[in-house]
Amino acid sequence: MSAVLPAPAAAAPRVHVADLLVRALLILGGFGLALFLLAPMAVIFIRAVQDNNGNYVGFVHFANYFATPALARSVWNSLWVSLAVTAITVPAAFVFAYALTRSCMPFKGTLRLIALIPLLAPSLLPAIAFIQWFGNQGALKWVMGGVSVYGAPGIIMSEVFNCFPHALMILIAALALADGRLYEAADALGTRRLRKFFTITVPSCKYGLISAATVVFTYAISDFGAPKVIGGNFNVLAVDVFKQVIGQFNFSIGAVVGLLLLVPSVVAFGIDWVVRRRLTASLTTRSVPFVPRPRPLFDGLMLGYCALVCALLLGVLGMAVYTSLINLWPYNLGFTLKHYRYALIAGDYAPAFWNSLKMGGWTALIGTVFVFCTAYLLEKTRGLGALRPALRLLALLSMAVPGLVLGLGYIMFFNHPANPLNFLYQTMAILAISTVVHYYTSGHLTAVTALKALDDEYESVSASLKVPFYKTFWRVTVPVCLPAILEIARYYFVVSISTLSCVVFLYAPHTILAAVAIMNMDEAGDVGPAAALGTLVVLASVGVCLVYALATRLLIAKSQAWRA
Amino acid sequence: MCLLGPSGCGKTTLLRIIAGLETQTRGRVIQNGRDISALPPAGRDYGIVFQSYALFPNLSVEENVGYGLTNRRLPRGQIRARVAELLKLVGLPGSEAKYPSQLSGGQQQRIALARALATSPGLLLLDEPLSALDALERVRLRGEIRSLQEKVGVTTIMVTHDQEEALSMADRVVVMNHGALEQVGTPREIYETPASPFVADFVGRVNVLKAVSLGGGRYRAGRLALTSSENSLAAGQPARLYLRPEDRVVDMPLNGQPNQISGRIAKIEYLGGHCLAQMQVAELEGQPLSVYFSLNQMRDLGIREGSELTFALRADRIRVFAS
Repeated sequence: MSAVLPAPAAAAPRVHVADLLVRALLILGGFGLALFLLAPMAVIFIRAVQDNNGNYVGFVHFANYFATPALARSVWNSLWVSLAVTAITVPAAFVFAYALTRSCMPFKGTLRLIALIPLLAPSLLPAIAFIQWFGNQGALKWVMGGVSVYGAPGIIMSEVFNCFPHALMILIAALALADGRLYEAADALGTRRLRKFFTITVPSCKYGLISAATVVFTYAISDFGAPKVIGGNFNVLAVDVFKQVIGQFNFSIGAVVGLLLLVPSVVAFGIDWVVRRRLTASLTTRSVPFVPRPRPLFDGLMLGYCALVCALLLGVLGMAVYTSLINLWPYNLGFTLKHYRYALIAGDYAPAFWNSLKMGGWTALIGTVFVFCTAYLLEKTRGLGALRPALRLLALLSMAVPGLVLGLGYIMFFNHPANPLNFLYQTMAILAISTVVHYYTSGHLTAVTALKALDDEYESVSASLKVPFYKTFWRVTVPVCLPAILEIARYYFVVSISTLSCVVFLYAPHTILAAVAIMNMDEAGDVGPAAALGTLVVLASVGVCLVYALATRLLIAKSQAWRA
Repeated sequence: MCLLGPSGCGKTTLLRIIAGLETQTRGRVIQNGRDISALPPAGRDYGIVFQSYALFPNLSVEENVGYGLTNRRLPRGQIRARVAELLKLVGLPGSEAKYPSQLSGGQQQRIALARALATSPGLLLLDEPLSALDALERVRLRGEIRSLQEKVGVTTIMVTHDQEEALSMADRVVVMNHGALEQVGTPREIYETPASPFVADFVGRVNVLKAVSLGGGRYRAGRLALTSSENSLAAGQPARLYLRPEDRVVDMPLNGQPNQISGRIAKIEYLGGHCLAQMQVAELEGQPLSVYFSLNQMRDLGIREGSELTFALRADRIRVFAS
């Protein structure tokens, strides 16, 4: 037998090269995350205790901040508004998720799709729509009964719209985990429906509820778009950072507010981290999926509720679209496309939409390659054991940093004249990189889940066959994980064309992005063009999602032969 | 060679150390006189089959088997011929175009074997290769792997927790416990002369009797005096006597046999070809004793639950360990 083949020992030296390559790439990945996530954060910490000349001043800025009543009030405002958003969104999304998973109502797929639509819109868009509905000249102003929508009510409504799909996805996942056997056991014991709900359903999705609440709270407290548009004189932390830095160039106070903003996020991150670990532990048990049985009254009620929620969501989005298509609310309701012409061609912000598409493309490309390769190196290779937990933590930590804080760190770090990477400042590259880092965690978790589903021994088998790891990566890992890779790319594209908070500090006139343009146009009173641009962003996202769905379907069909 | 032991005893870890997939904290790995302790997996010369097979799902059988060959820049025709040869060897000729998900567990296992053998390694490592299969397929493949291994003539190390598998397939068995080697020997040696209480306990069934040595190969268990051909303990030392249920004499004339025992049959466990009888022997003071009987013996000797029986324990089979 061995006469046919050359002696295997000859392949030995190449192996060491492959091993070195793994280490080099892993260090590179760690270096990238350290440079673009840790370093900017560290700079914020440093700036918070320095004066403008770089001298250490201790906690003077913190003291000044809390001594200014207007600023200190923002802390309280941010907290109670975010709590209110959480208190409304989580129960609302829970009932919706419950209807989708536990009832036999019709049109589940459509309702679910509609409920996820807010994910595709920039966070400013609902705020613009709510102003049109309930603002000074709003169509339904009387509903508010004299209460102004500008301020806390508008912020809360907008954030509920923005957060709803995030909470919904988590709660659907949690409710879908139900163990049918528990319900059968309860039925056998003659348990009443309400008791089953409180003794089985609620405990089984407890972690999902906590996770949804932390995600919603973090989103609401760190979002900048909606309060900027609809907040009026109601100050919140996120807008304070912006005002201090862009309005007054007061970087030190900006850093202090940024750190304050970081606190709830990090706490929420800690809670979520603990909860997620428990969640995966309960996932591994073998359970029988719960299959709902038709109950006409209950199903009808659920359908009614979901239809109402969807109508509200569509009403918000619809108002934005409507605003973009009429001349001027409420004076001239004639149909026009002039806002689109202004937003895309004629206006000062004409490049914004194309810039956003370009930036989305770059982010999707760079982000997907970097996220997937780093996740692969982390999960499937050996060596550098000490670096790995640190890298994993960094990958998860990006979620805990609000975009606004990350962006603030970027200007402080990369705009520093002594930084050799200063050339990145004001380029498209820094926008793409910051977005990649800001949305790192979600892509990372998708990649890790896909990679964990693969047999751990592929790499060992290749090594025993003297095939270097990168060949197996290319021939096996990538093709098998392609659906997950496409999903990461889609996610990156969609979030990056509507992101505002992270890039608002980083754009230059020639790299202005859609969300920033919407904010600026809205501020200048050009509500029509702002709504038009927002609508275009939603359309672009829908387009990408359709392309993604089609590509995935084709891919699955093509690989039908081997996907069992 | 089979590495045998309970789960968590370190047998898979040992295999992975040999493969270079784990790093040993101490000691060296030497293959064919070459110290490979520090080499990465790809620098070592072996083929491996994992418990999960780890076949590449998106590659056809041909691409899977030829995976290690393609990397050596061999001409296409030569790879094709080699793959066909290997598939014939494992008994699956003509399955080149199929994908792993279209094959049964046993077939996947043989493809994994073919892939491991493709590069003609000097050592074949099998990590619980049969444990993912159902019972019948497992017994059938035992013989097939063994004959394939003899045909190819490659040194093979297999990990298993199934003692039957180890005893039936291996030339030499290594019994491991808590990361330590308990005994290395032929299957016969392992079963008949276990080197430690653990080996005696783990491989096959065994009776354990607490006893005290009386010196000269005589032992007292309860009120019973027993003789063993083993005489390693000084008088007065506490001992444990290990005795397999089949090592008893019933149907020969018992006259002059040592170790004669009378007892009542408390319970009979029916096992198919034979039965396991729980004996209650008054002189053993509550220590139970299990004895095998064939179905014929059961009938001929009229063995039922509750019946009395006299038999002898084989002195040459009683293993003695200090306790």
